[in-house]
Amino acid sequence: MLQLECPVCGVLADETELVPGGEAHLQRAGPDSTDDAFADYLFTRANPRGVHFERWCHVYGCGKWFHAARDTATLEVFGTYSAQTTAPPDDIVAAIRARRPEWEGPA
Amino acid sequence: MAEAMTALGGAATEGAIRVAEAPPTGMIALRADLSTRAVGKAVKEATGIALPRALRIETAKDRSVAWMAPDEVLVFCPWEKAAGLAADLSEGLGDTPHLVADMSSARALIDLSGPGWREVLAKGTPVDLAPGAFGPGDFRRTRLGQVAVAIWASGPERAHLICFRSVAGFVFDWLSMAAARDSLPGLWR
Amino acid sequence: MSTRLATGGTRIDRSQRLGFTWDGQPLQGFAGDTLASALLANNQVLVGRSFKYHRPRGVVAAGPEEPNALVGLGTGGSFEPNARATTTALADGMLVASQNAWPGLAHDVGVVNGWLSRFLRAGFYYKTFLWPRAFWKRLYEPAIRRAAGLGRAPDRADADRYEYLYLHADVLVAGGGIAGLAAAREAAQAGLRVLLIEQEACWGGRAATDGVTVDGKPAADWVAGTVAELQAMETVTLRLRTTVTGVHDHGFVTALEAADAGPRQRLWRIRARHIVAATGAIERPLPFAQNDRPGVMLAGAVRDYAVHYAVSPGDRTVVVTNNDDAYRTAIALREAGLTVPAILDARLRVEGALPERARAMGIPIKPGHAVAGSVGRGRVEGVAVCVQAGEGAVLETIPCEAVAMSGGWSPTVHLWSQAGGKLRWDAAQLLFRPDPARPPIGADGAAIVTAAGAANGVLPAGDCLEDGVAAGRAAAKALGAKPQTGKAATAAAPEEAPIEAVWCMPQGAPPALRDKIWLDFQNDVTMSDVALAAREGYESVEHAKRYTTLGMATDQGKLSNIGGLAVLAEARGATIPEIGTTTFRPPFTPVTLGAIGGEARGALFKPTRKTAMDGWHDANGAVWEPVADWRRPFCYRKPGETVDQAVAREVRNTRRNLGILDASTLGKILVTGPDAGRFVDTLYTNRMSTLKPGRCRYGLMCNENGFLFDDGVVARIDDHSFLCHTTSGGSDHVHAWMEEWLQTEWWDWQVYTANLTEQFAQIAVVGPQARAVLEALGGIDLSADALPFMGWTEGTLAGIPARVFRISFSGELSFEIAVPAAHGQALWDRLMAAGAAHAIAPYGTEALHIMRAEKGFIMIGDETDGTVTPQDLGLDWAVSKKKDDFLGKRAQARADLTRPDRWRLVGLQTLDPRTRLPDGAHAVDGTVLPTGIRRTIGRVTSTYMSPTLDRSIALGLVERGPERIGEVIRFADGRGHIEARIVDPVFYDPQGERQNG
Repeated sequence: MLQLECPVCGVLADETELVPGGEAHLQRAGPDSTDDAFADYLFTRANPRGVHFERWCHVYGCGKWFHAARDTATLEVFGTYSAQTTAPPDDIVAAIRARRPEWEGPA
Repeated sequence: MAEAMTALGGAATEGAIRVAEAPPTGMIALRADLSTRAVGKAVKEATGIALPRALRIETAKDRSVAWMAPDEVLVFCPWEKAAGLAADLSEGLGDTPHLVADMSSARALIDLSGPGWREVLAKGTPVDLAPGAFGPGDFRRTRLGQVAVAIWASGPERAHLICFRSVAGFVFDWLSMAAARDSLPGLWR
Repeated sequence: MSTRLATGGTRIDRSQRLGFTWDGQPLQGFAGDTLASALLANNQVLVGRSFKYHRPRGVVAAGPEEPNALVGLGTGGSFEPNARATTTALADGMLVASQNAWPGLAHDVGVVNGWLSRFLRAGFYYKTFLWPRAFWKRLYEPAIRRAAGLGRAPDRADADRYEYLYLHADVLVAGGGIAGLAAAREAAQAGLRVLLIEQEACWGGRAATDGVTVDGKPAADWVAGTVAELQAMETVTLRLRTTVTGVHDHGFVTALEAADAGPRQRLWRIRARHIVAATGAIERPLPFAQNDRPGVMLAGAVRDYAVHYAVSPGDRTVVVTNNDDAYRTAIALREAGLTVPAILDARLRVEGALPERARAMGIPIKPGHAVAGSVGRGRVEGVAVCVQAGEGAVLETIPCEAVAMSGGWSPTVHLWSQAGGKLRWDAAQLLFRPDPARPPIGADGAAIVTAAGAANGVLPAGDCLEDGVAAGRAAAKALGAKPQTGKAATAAAPEEAPIEAVWCMPQGAPPALRDKIWLDFQNDVTMSDVALAAREGYESVEHAKRYTTLGMATDQGKLSNIGGLAVLAEARGATIPEIGTTTFRPPFTPVTLGAIGGEARGALFKPTRKTAMDGWHDANGAVWEPVADWRRPFCYRKPGETVDQAVAREVRNTRRNLGILDASTLGKILVTGPDAGRFVDTLYTNRMSTLKPGRCRYGLMCNENGFLFDDGVVARIDDHSFLCHTTSGGSDHVHAWMEEWLQTEWWDWQVYTANLTEQFAQIAVVGPQARAVLEALGGIDLSADALPFMGWTEGTLAGIPARVFRISFSGELSFEIAVPAAHGQALWDRLMAAGAAHAIAPYGTEALHIMRAEKGFIMIGDETDGTVTPQDLGLDWAVSKKKDDFLGKRAQARADLTRPDRWRLVGLQTLDPRTRLPDGAHAVDGTVLPTGIRRTIGRVTSTYMSPTLDRSIALGLVERGPERIGEVIRFADGRGHIEARIVDPVFYDPQGERQNG
């Protein structure tokens, strides 16, 4: 059972106070997208063993979405950050590199 | 106008602590960007209370302002003043984007009295309720068992809880069970 | 016989006698006894039967590792099967029953299994009952199920209460022996919040029993002083009789408390920033023939029973060992005035402080000797002695009542391993111990568990305390606190000579003996079974475990683990560390389902949402129906009415006169802000921004897959605000959906939302007399001119502030009135009073559904199932062609969603009007697919007897349905077919004149 710090309100929230929202930083494919791009947006998800970026919502709390960078195998949390971003911010990337020098970087 | 009926009709039970529904209470939801000066000013003017910091509730006279989210506070006031206060808040905010809604009927307010309130709530919420970790003025939205609630303390022997009206009966029954005599775990002296 | 000694017993209070019954026989024990010690004190050596062969079994251990002494406790609603007698505190009046024996413990007919034991070898289930296949279900399985199994399941609801407790700590110390106490003290002195949990009823672990001294004084003094010191600290919580059952992710720890008052058990859900596992060690049995005979016990357990509970296992106890620790048992027994005829030590060289002391007490020591087998009928009457180096030739038989065996100790590494910590093999001590280089890690990637004392592989009692101090300081340091640095207390105990490996006794035991060397007492797994598994290719430890069931019983192999690994290693010609251990998974000891359920049972099982008028409905004949988390009246039954009659009456009355519906559960979400129009245009498939204040419009919401998931009426409140009504089940989801898009995709849009569902009670007033009754209440002009269809207004109705929406889900003249929930009942009462003159009657959800189906209105969840588009439902008119974008637009252009042969909404009329189509029935076209399955061309989504039309009606989705109006198709109903004609979905008032009043 995970514990993630909600970057919005600062609460170190229990997993039971959160709902997961799947992979982070997906780009919405709108009405003009090709079939392939749209199918990717709907169905294709990264499922890495290791560094992963996820969306979480602090539903039993401030009600806000946020992002989390964590390792899916060891459950280490590299950091949580604002949902209002389209890519992991520099400090998060640096925190990951500090502990995972071999990491290839955000997709 | 007809008399206001609270969710539980003022139900109360006495066990290891006293659990009692509060009389009808005005509650106004205000959503706006709390970091803007205009919002703090409007709240202060309408309620006499400065905006609380995150995870806090501030009280002055018959009003309180609770921090719900970076863009939301819940204002408590006497029941009969809610409509007027909501209008004042909205007027004070003027063109600043905001949402003001009288939510006085939407929630039940339950008072917990007695030194055992921490242990009663600790049976259902993952919040750290140890005396040094959660004190008067701290305000947390969380869950109690399977239900969303917000809890806060107003003194060493007094805490409060709000939940949605439709589940007030469930929460009251839950608290009655958790507050049964001789059932406190004896954690905190 | 095993008896109570006249004096002694550090844990019992002889002034408090407790009566209990064992299989109906009244017995007595003392306060402080465990159930096991009380049974032994009453000479109840036979306590159960094994799982497979129903062999007689006695108490082996004194703690949670006990494999045999599982009993049924209590009766009726308080009955608990598989309770472990060694960890159950004796209570006055306790009802205890033996398990797994029929008709009785002493004469068990199942023991016939024993004669067949040569056929019941490893993998026997898999091999024997394969053929003929048909026999499995009728013959083999029932027979096996009758013979096998442990306690019986309770047949009544649990009468006890359970609860959770959430607690946070900087440092959780699991285990209150000297290592745990020392660790807790160090962490607490560094200013940290400490939680110290001990599974037993007293502190100090083995130290006091094993003659440890601390700073020259008996360990008990240091334990008492340290506990007092910890109890005086505000930041320390201590708890006895609580077992840490699991260490999970991010410092989440579960513990099970046997509560003294209130609930029977309390499941602690702890968040610890660091965990010290000071869980001690578990003694290993020795592998000799007939080591499962009642009376053969672990040496440490014999000592515990003698010292703690003043229980004599019998006048004569033979000690058999491969290490020095077992000598403590011989010494303790002699000090209690009992006889130890011999200590059989498998080691050739026996020297050291403890053996010397035993020798000085006159106890005969036989180095290099071993047990060739225990002898006796039902229980131990003697041991056959042989040399360890040989093949089991019996030199003599020593008469005795008990055998105390010790094969060394294994650190209790469960918590460390559960959390992901790795182990290393300590070849000198012959044990797996935590590898500090590969600890379990927490969210920050740093070690989150520190093992301490015996659990860390530090067995010598003198070193345990020091290791606990180090662990406490390490934990404090890991959390950034400043631990003390000075010298801590020093513990001392006699030096011990090294253990020697004995994985088979005697080392050359022939197959006849190995067949009778038990590794797993509960599951009846012998040394031969494990060797056979290895020969048959089950070489991986995980495979061998499952093939033989070694370690799969409720003790989870706490005793059998290492012994089994050693046999596998021998069979494979490998070393024990090469074999490795099986995976340690929580829980450490069994957790009752009651504790896992906690308070969520009975009325508190799940929250039921209730509206402001719920009490009125309940008092007026409501037959309840769950709708999402709400309960809503399905109908209101009058005396003498059936449910069907009530529903039909409600429909007719509403269509003819006046109906009233509690519609409070409908979702009501306020969307406001400068960008609100743009936002609702994106959420709904049709255009909402063009709606004028005061007007309402029906709207559909689709997900990004293009499928319809919610619908409802949107009311424009003012320039910046929309009130979005959702389905009853959908309000929370729709609100969350809105917030998700606003927070994560269009965060620059100026929009705020609020879920007002709970704020308002909503009452639908429906039927030809609807306007008349509202006018009687007075306060708002509700004439057709002032409030046309699909309009809304606000004012004061009957003195209550109200919004009135003129919308209709029934096809009748209809007003929905929203008032603050605090006034909902008052408005309802006034409507009922004023409506009496117009034959007003409440109606429930079934009448609502029938009336909407008569009008061909879809219902989310009936006509939709997550794969249905608005276009499938003939709702193209509510899907904008002009908007650039809305959620679901792109998907609705996908090839599969524009296929012409999609199943689409139609009405269905059975040819026989008295026959109602079954809900969900499939339409078949008579062809059969290559898979052998009949091809389906549609299904029924809603089906009712219509009181209005006095015939059955149904809605369904049918392939190319709207193109096939008039066609008759066939629906399978399980027996045969029902024929129905495809018709327009609007069955009633197709021109829509009635809603205009």
